[in-house]
Amino acid sequence: MTTASTTDRVALVRAIAAQHLSDRGALMPVLHDVMAELGHIAREDVEAIADVLNLSVAEVHGVVSFYHDFRTEPPAAHTVALCRGEACQSVGSQALYDATVARAESLGDGVEVAQVFCLGNCALGPSGTIDGRLHGRLSAQRLDSLTKEWH
Amino acid sequence: MALTLPTVRIFVPGDAAAVSVGADDVAAAFEAAGAQVVRNGSRGMLWLEPLVEIETDAARVGFANVTRDDVADLVEVVSRRSHSDLLDHRASIGVVDEHPWLTSQQRVSFARVGVVDPSSVADYEAHGGWAGLRRALSLSPGEVVQEVTESGLRGRGGAGFPAGIKWRTVLDTPSDLKFVACNFDEGDSGTFADRMVVEGDPFTLIEGMTITAHAVGAGEGYVYVRSEYPHAIAALRRAIDAAYTHGYLGADILGSGLSFDLHVRVGAGAYICGEESSMLESLEGRRGEVRAKPPIPAVKGLWERPTAVNNVLTTCAVPMILADGGAAYAELGTGRSRGTQVFQLAGNVRQGGIVELPFGVSLRELVEDYGGGTLSGRPVRAAQVGGPLGAYVPATGFDVALDYEAMAAAGAMLGHGGIVVFDDTVDMARMARFAMEFCSIESCGKCTPCRIGSTRGVETIDRIIAGKDVAANLVLLDDLCETLATGSLCAMGGLTPMPVLSAYKHFPEDFERHIEPHDIEQSGASR
Ligand SMILES: Cc1cc2nc3c(=O)[nH]c(=O)nc-3n(C[C@H](O)[C@H](O)[C@H](O)COP(=O)(O)O)c2cc1C
Ligand code: SF4
Ligand code: FES
Repeated sequence: MTTASTTDRVALVRAIAAQHLSDRGALMPVLHDVMAELGHIAREDVEAIADVLNLSVAEVHGVVSFYHDFRTEPPAAHTVALCRGEACQSVGSQALYDATVARAESLGDGVEVAQVFCLGNCALGPSGTIDGRLHGRLSAQRLDSLTKEWH
Repeated sequence: MALTLPTVRIFVPGDAAAVSVGADDVAAAFEAAGAQVVRNGSRGMLWLEPLVEIETDAARVGFANVTRDDVADLVEVVSRRSHSDLLDHRASIGVVDEHPWLTSQQRVSFARVGVVDPSSVADYEAHGGWAGLRRALSLSPGEVVQEVTESGLRGRGGAGFPAGIKWRTVLDTPSDLKFVACNFDEGDSGTFADRMVVEGDPFTLIEGMTITAHAVGAGEGYVYVRSEYPHAIAALRRAIDAAYTHGYLGADILGSGLSFDLHVRVGAGAYICGEESSMLESLEGRRGEVRAKPPIPAVKGLWERPTAVNNVLTTCAVPMILADGGAAYAELGTGRSRGTQVFQLAGNVRQGGIVELPFGVSLRELVEDYGGGTLSGRPVRAAQVGGPLGAYVPATGFDVALDYEAMAAAGAMLGHGGIVVFDDTVDMARMARFAMEFCSIESCGKCTPCRIGSTRGVETIDRIIAGKDVAANLVLLDDLCETLATGSLCAMGGLTPMPVLSAYKHFPEDFERHIEPHDIEQSGASR
């Protein structure tokens, strides 16, 4: 990354944080907006957010590290998140998850297979998201057909 | 009677569950054919999704498991033939309002879900919306609290605490500023009722929170929604905007002088943030670590101000209670469990979905009659009731009545009303292991028994599954559960023993598979 783009990034993050200055408890909305805009929360983002919201860097870092959703590295090209909640396990999600982790590269290059615990789709499991979109009644075959454009 | 496409409304659920099995594609295909499509909520018969409804002059006729490929055929039937031809179509399930799965239920909180257009304030009003708020605004705050107290309404988030008592505390605690906070974290596996009511009928939540605000004297409200629910977040934000536009939120609501502002805040993938004090920490922009009690949130909640914290379903029962009176609600139910409970049938079940009934129905009725047994067709072995911290109930114990007290007496809990069905292929030692693993992943880390004990629990069950020193490890597991149950600050650590020990109690054979003969006498100690 060049210095110029780092500066742009910091400017953008500062602008995002500034938009929430009048919100009570602004940190979570700011972190969500940074994730949505930039895909992850980098070290320099934490510093910029702390500065704008008048928090300590340690405080912001502590919040980022607590929540599963906030990532500090850029995301993979594609993400498959499979539910390991009990309801999905009752219809075989654990085996589907294990097998999918083992064959992630068969779905395409740079595919990350993640676990989630319940997507609120517990009557139509196994459930999962593919690049953020919810799917029910998943199987290895359905995963293959839903990700076929990734090759 | 001929039907022409543009005048007929076609309902294609926008509910996330329906979307997960293709409803968006179906809706797009109908729109491309020139149809007038309404994205309603789901009726809760989830095994039939996408369940498309076509409205004729007579009624709404349902079509089950519709795919994009069925649309051309349905359009043809609609545009050229009659109500009876719709009923004769191969995918027809008849008039939806007459479906026995629905007519045998008592829908109170879910009365409008799937029926109305969730984006329309007018449709909400036409189906009885805002009546509770209008009546509440004609009463004093104390009178509203009294009405809710008389209804017997108890918290639906899991703990079952009487809503009226909580509200009374907030009302009676003087403060320059008070808050209403709605717990829409719904993290329990096997539960989706909060999601479905918000996606299908979001104005009810807004009305319920506005009534709460009036009752306790709050001017600001927050809905804490889990990030796993993007459809619900969108539906709620759209509804809040519409409510502001029509004067149901903001300053001087309906000319009453009440001002109430409502904000949506999104969680970030932490189960513990469903615990109310952790949720408050998160709302304030901090790590979701559990607070020690006292003080309780009703006295010192958000930003140290009195805060009424309620679950989505608790809040959604409030408009009806105010519209029809607390006594009408209290007439439903049994013992100290008044009103209806929204049960959620999930997991390995043939007919999963929403069953709303007065408290007291048996687990057997729900799993066998409504659920129709397992999806796999194999025998039912167990059900986990009340989420990841709830007990496993063996099929032989399904006659238990589902109310707070009867469940507690049976060593189980109702929780948020989720029922997860398992067939006879389930390995209960693995499910016990999962309960410990889940606790270790989702622990907020504040107390040692929960943080460390759950990891020890996973290791211990791993040894049991591997057949190593089974008897000694079962004793160790029992000790660990005792430590978790007594030494944890909140129910995350405190109740994790519930699924673990109930699994062992009812299915010891799954734990003792690799036991040596001399182990058996010793293992009795841990049961
Ligand atoms: C680990 C844990 C998770 C919880 N998760 C939720 C949840 O997702 N939604 C909820 O409404 N209550 C949840 N609760 C219960 C809340 O702490 C609290 O009792 C509830 O929000 C109060 O509202 P109610 O009285 O309307 O139920 C959870 C409790 C614990 C201990
Ligand atoms: S029991 Fe677990 S989740 Fe609850 S406060 Fe203690 S460490 Fe946190
Ligand atoms: S348990 Fe998988 S969606 Fe709920």
